[in-house]
Amino acid sequence: MIYYLIPALLMFCCGVYGFVTRKNMIAMLISLELMLNAVDINFVVFNRYLFPGQMEGMFFTLFAIAIAAAETALAIAIIINVFRAARNVDVNDLNKMKH
Amino acid sequence: MDITIPILILAIPLFMFLLLGLTGMKMPHWLAGTLGTAGMGTVLVLSYITALTYFYGGSPQFIAENGERLQAVIFNCTWLQFTPSLVIKLGFLLDPISALMLIVIPTISFMVHLYSMGYMRDHHGVYEHGFQRFYAFLSLFSFSMLGLVVATNIFQMYIFWELVGASSYLLIGFYYKKPSAVSASKKAFIVTRFADLGFLIGILVLSYYTGTFDFMQLTSAPVDGMEGVYQVSEQTALGVKNIFAQSAAPMFMGASVLTWALVLIFMGGMGKSAMMPLHIWLPDAMEGPTPVSALIHAATMVVAGVYLVARLYPLYLMETTSLDIIVVVGALTAFYAAMVACAQIDIKRVLAFSTISQIAFMMVSLGVSRPEFHEGIGYMAGMFHLFTHAMFKALLFLCAGAIIHVVGSNDYTAMHGLRKFMPITNACFLIGCLAIAGIIPFAGFFSKDEILVACFGHSIFWYIWMSAVAGLTAFYMFRLYYLIFWWKEHKVHEGHHAPADQPWTMTLPLVILAAISCVAGFVPMGNLVTWNGVPMFEHVNFFTNLTHLNWSVALVSLAVAIVAIIIATVMYRKENPLPDRMADMFPRLWDWCHHRFYWDELYQFITHKIIFGCISRPIAWFDRHIIDGAMDGLATVTNKASYAIRGLQSGKIQMYVWVYLIGALLLAAVTAVCLM
Amino acid sequence: MESLGGIIMYWVIALSIVIFSVLTVTTRKILRSATYLLFVLFATAALYFKLDFEFLGAVQMAVYAGGIVVLFVFSILLTSHPGDNTSRLVSKKRLLGLVAGVATLVVAGWALVSRCADMAAQLPVMDNPTMHQIGETLMGTGKGEYLLPFEAISVLLLACIIGGVTVARKR
Repeated sequence: MIYYLIPALLMFCCGVYGFVTRKNMIAMLISLELMLNAVDINFVVFNRYLFPGQMEGMFFTLFAIAIAAAETALAIAIIINVFRAARNVDVNDLNKMKH
Repeated sequence: MDITIPILILAIPLFMFLLLGLTGMKMPHWLAGTLGTAGMGTVLVLSYITALTYFYGGSPQFIAENGERLQAVIFNCTWLQFTPSLVIKLGFLLDPISALMLIVIPTISFMVHLYSMGYMRDHHGVYEHGFQRFYAFLSLFSFSMLGLVVATNIFQMYIFWELVGASSYLLIGFYYKKPSAVSASKKAFIVTRFADLGFLIGILVLSYYTGTFDFMQLTSAPVDGMEGVYQVSEQTALGVKNIFAQSAAPMFMGASVLTWALVLIFMGGMGKSAMMPLHIWLPDAMEGPTPVSALIHAATMVVAGVYLVARLYPLYLMETTSLDIIVVVGALTAFYAAMVACAQIDIKRVLAFSTISQIAFMMVSLGVSRPEFHEGIGYMAGMFHLFTHAMFKALLFLCAGAIIHVVGSNDYTAMHGLRKFMPITNACFLIGCLAIAGIIPFAGFFSKDEILVACFGHSIFWYIWMSAVAGLTAFYMFRLYYLIFWWKEHKVHEGHHAPADQPWTMTLPLVILAAISCVAGFVPMGNLVTWNGVPMFEHVNFFTNLTHLNWSVALVSLAVAIVAIIIATVMYRKENPLPDRMADMFPRLWDWCHHRFYWDELYQFITHKIIFGCISRPIAWFDRHIIDGAMDGLATVTNKASYAIRGLQSGKIQMYVWVYLIGALLLAAVTAVCLM
Repeated sequence: MESLGGIIMYWVIALSIVIFSVLTVTTRKILRSATYLLFVLFATAALYFKLDFEFLGAVQMAVYAGGIVVLFVFSILLTSHPGDNTSRLVSKKRLLGLVAGVATLVVAGWALVSRCADMAAQLPVMDNPTMHQIGETLMGTGKGEYLLPFEAISVLLLACIIGGVTVARKR
């Protein structure tokens, strides 16, 4: 089982690194997807190894995918809107709401 | 008596104040002046009706069967009820002194209203700026003063007392662009406020022990079978005294608590009536328009202190210590003010000090009054003098106003020899001087003579003292008269109009007041106003006052006055070096009198050096450095802390995520380590 | 023990996941980043297949690879200018990212290794869940069945569609 979890963990760490370092918001979103995906793998792996024959992990993953899709769609809508307002998708420039 | 008229007496001036104050600026000047004067005229008529009904109506509500004049409460409604026992009422009390004041105040006020229509405009007939405001304030003052004299309880009196103080402040500072007027109004307000502090404490002490504010419960007893009618009674006052004697602390610092209360209340009167040492505001108050000086600072408001003492007179009678204090204060003030009046250049200042001196006369008169001697003639004499003084002092002020209006200066050096130019003013002023000097048959003679009789009955020392002051009075008044109207020929400068008598609005009040000053002495005051309402004479006719004179006293005072007038005539009738030589002979005395015995400088020293320097400055320092410092410190710490942690709230999502992640990992690590 | 083919398959999948993940977050061209993400997602789908969740693998491919990545690509094309490279990272920022990533790796990896190292080393036998089974579970209302979340998700998706349209609409 550990063999499947280690790549997922590495994937998650990559997501963290990407999320912290990226400036482009879409790239940040991509990193987020990486992290989500890593978590999905965990669900599936635990289901498969610890509770074979049941489907809780699988369904969780299924719903997580659906939610991720929704979230991504919405986030991209927001990003496009921001881009329209600022001609830019750099997260550091988005400080207008601070004031 | 119907309550409509009393209510109207109070309501009309108040309404006029509101009307003129709120809409006056929209009105043409003449309309505002006419409205104010008409309103005051109505009040005059109503007050006369009320007072004459009281004195001569013969109603059993006002006069008992034995001829005793009673106190009648026309109405007395609850205004504020804090607790069942702590009630503040507003009402209308009619008794000899309030009826007397109901004659004095509207008379003078109406004259002043009329006079101001001429005075408050320049030589070309252009109205002064704020003319409507002036009339609004005059109405406010009339309302407050009437409310003061008809007060049924000491708290109502205090409320109106402060209102007259406020309207006085407004009127002194009427020329608010003139710095001296502004500082004078501030001075008047602060000094009288300070005195009112004593008044308030006195009220509180008195009512704390007696449990009432009501004048009737303090000094009078209700008459059987009559509602709202009272009789001035020594028994009630004695009862009040007993309450104090049985209180937990009957003595406080060597004097009884009642004495303290009465002296503190008298302190309020000292402030309003400009007794030494709280007199310093009155001479400066002459910065106001002259009609205001005539109304407020000569005839009505400044006698409020006298009125207050008279109102509580039965209580003062119970504590003769406080009466003695009043006598001493009054006598010193009278002498001091008379001395100073001899050496002033500004004619309004002379009149102001003369006012102080005359009010002190009334105070002394109240102070020496004892029922044992001539049924308390001093009380009657004080009120009599209040009445006559109001008339002739208002007359003198209005004359002075007319002269100042013509000449454009307050100094007599700019006047000299006006008698040919202003004959009516000259005659009126002369009548006023004769009245105040106490020459038979003018008003002042009778009232001053009664005062001297009362002093004579009390102690020979005060009699001689007050007679001397009366002589001084005659001297400085005639000095003033000669310096204004004689001394040397008046020089009319090129291009100036020759001075002349003023239009009828200004002259008519002078003539009326002069006429009153001639005959007011014959009012049989002894029958109308006595301390317990019992009339002094059995039969009354026009010459009652003459026939009941104590001629030995009267002749002496008359002689003193005539001698003083002769001296003044010798010194000041024609231009001569005698006055200067006199001043050179007593340089120190002249200096002190001229500088009003340096009272203002003394106050200046006390307030600036001692109070500001030693008390206020450390307090200010404490405030600025300790209290403000603590507050500033708090703010600074918060500010610094905010700046320090500001970076956390950077708005950078990645930073948040990073911190969150590290925190979560740390937590996880810690938990894992602990679980191991 | 597994078959050799299974082991090789595993290594291919694991390596592609790791390598493409790293590439996704390190490449400087955003479009490439999205492409690498696609590969990661494919690898994940392959992983699901290998773990006998074929339906899930299919969904992963269809939704993630087919839907989300396409969305990404579209939005990238909409928002970035051609030839636009991410500027070089400031070393401080890279350090922060590395710290976060490595710390996560250390903590979670340590927990993983210390707890799950020898847990369920063997792959238990399991039949593929049939479509019939999945359908029953997804639409059932009994215990361990998922009608309510399904409906919730459908409402969420609807809201998301409306929200997306509203937010991104031209004003």
